[in-house]
Formats: sequence, C-alpha cells, structure tokens
Amino acid sequence: MKLREVRDILEAEVLVGEDKLDEDVPRACGCDLMSDVLAFTMERSLLLTGLTNAQVIRTAEMNDLSAVVFVRGKKPCEEIIEMARERGIPLFWTRYPLYEACGRLYQAGLKGHVC
Amino acid sequence: MILEMSYDITGGDFAAAGEAATKIKRALKQIGVDAQTTRRAAIIAYEAEMNIIIHAYRGTLQARVSPEGIEILAEDEGPGIPDIELAMQEGYSTAPEKIREMGFGAGMGLPNMKKFSDEFHITSEVGKGTRVRAVVSSSTALIMNGSEV
Ligand SMILES: Nc1ncnc2c1ncn2[C@@H]1O[C@H](COP(=O)(O)OP(=O)(O)OP(=O)(O)O)[C@@H](O)[C@H]1O
Ligand SMILES: [Mg+2]
Repeated sequence: MKLREVRDILEAEVLVGEDKLDEDVPRACGCDLMSDVLAFTMERSLLLTGLTNAQVIRTAEMNDLSAVVFVRGKKPCEEIIEMARERGIPLFWTRYPLYEACGRLYQAGLKGHVC
Repeated sequence: MILEMSYDITGGDFAAAGEAATKIKRALKQIGVDAQTTRRAAIIAYEAEMNIIIHAYRGTLQARVSPEGIEILAEDEGPGIPDIELAMQEGYSTAPEKIREMGFGAGMGLPNMKKFSDEFHITSEVGKGTRVRAVVSSSTALIMNGSEV
C-alpha cells in the first residue's frame, strides 16, 4: 500500500514525508511496546503507535521501519518531528485510536506479517 | 579488526537513550555491512544500551567489526542480575511503570538479543554489574566499498 493511501484512509496529517507519499509499505504493525516491535516486526513495516517519545523514532531507525503513524490524536513534540525529519522517516498523525486505525488499514488490504 | 567503537553510557540518561546504538548502526551501514546483518547488530546494540540506561548505573557499549562478523559488548556497573535464567525468559521484567510508559520494560530485551545473535553470553555479579557479549556472524564475507575483505 502506498503511503498516500495510508494518509487518506486514516485521514491523517503528514508531519514528515510529503515527498515520500508514493513509497510502498508492504505490511504494518500496531504496538506500544518497543521491545516487541524490535523482536517481531519485519523491516519496512509501518508502525502504528500511541507513544510519541524519542524511543519510537530510535526503534524505527534501528528496525528499518518504513514510517510511523501516531494514533488517538496524540501529536509528538517538535523535537521528535525534527528527529524523524533528519532520518528521513515519514510521520503521520491520525485521530483514530490504535484498534480503529489498524482495522481500517487491514480492511483496505494492508496485512501484518503473519498472514 | 576493521572497525572498533566504544561509547560510555550513563544509567538513567533517557535523553541520550539510543544514541550509541544509532552511531554503531550508521557506521556499519557506512562501511558497507549488508542490511540484514546491520539490522540485527543494531537491534542488539539498542537493547543492550537500553538495559544499561534502565537497569544499571553506568557502562560501556562496544562494537567490533571483523571479517567474521560483528561483536557487541555491553559492560556495566550496576545491581547485577540475581537469576539470569529468569531474566532471559520472555516477559520477565523488573522495570518500573515509568519505563513501561516509554515503551520499554516488556521483558523482551535479553531474549531479543539472543534471538538476533549467533553467539550470546551473559554474566552478572550481584552488586557489581553485568556483561553481555553477542556476535552476529556475517553470512557472507563483509563487503567493504564493493570489494571483499
Ligand atoms: N544490565 C542489567 N543490569 C541489571 N539488571 C538487568 C540488566 N539487564 C537486564 N536486567 C534484568 O533482567 C530483566 C530482563 O531484561 P530484559 O532486557 O529482557 O527486559 P527489560 O529490560 O525489563 O524490558 P525490555 O527489554 O523489554 O524493554 C530486567 O527487567 C532486569 O531485571
Ligand atoms: Mg531490556
């Protein structure tokens, strides 16, 4: 799924990565535990999370994730946005809660990595 | 030895959490280590760094790159681990609530490090500190600047 579709389906605001909306994400995961993300998430996944701290960006960089969606309308501070910008990691911000956001993407065909 | 890096880590310094692992990852990428090996080593280094920050007082995180692979060494001064077998179990964590709110403390760090490494050793002495050594062997010879080492 293209990041542009992710944005549209989640009615999300693009915080970083307007120039990367044509990139593809092969799969996604929804999680607030970064150690679980590091353990079980495949590279290039899209991460949906309710956390907005620096560890989310670090985890995305360490794990080679494609992009991050902040759910439940929780907006990260400017410092976090800047961190992602420096690293070229696209960030999205949606008002949908985690379950709803994941469900919408899944329904539109974006799978996890088990299926 | 192709490359050696060493970083001092301070317990409780959450503002800097992940900086050392980030530098290690970027260096591996820069010298041309393949993406899979780099990713595995980066995840190990990051979990090791977080453990020092969360659980210990101070320590060092080192990475050594050789044609055989990447060695990550984390040594700290701290409370140590009384029962290593228990600490190695998925889900076992003594991290406080504050750490969980940051997205850590799932009790997955040590099992993750083991999972992503080809060799993994941990030793600890209560009241002194902990030492973790992990090796990610390069599946193919390390390619540097397009030529084999
Ligand atoms: N360097 C260390 N010094 C002292 N205790 C440690 C150290 N590393 C791990 N431990 C102990 O082992 C437990 C399990 O560690 P592990 O890394 O698997 O999980 P965690 O750090 O609690 O959570 P997570 O890694 O998922 O964020 C810790 O909760 C802690 O009690
Ligand atoms: Mg840990």
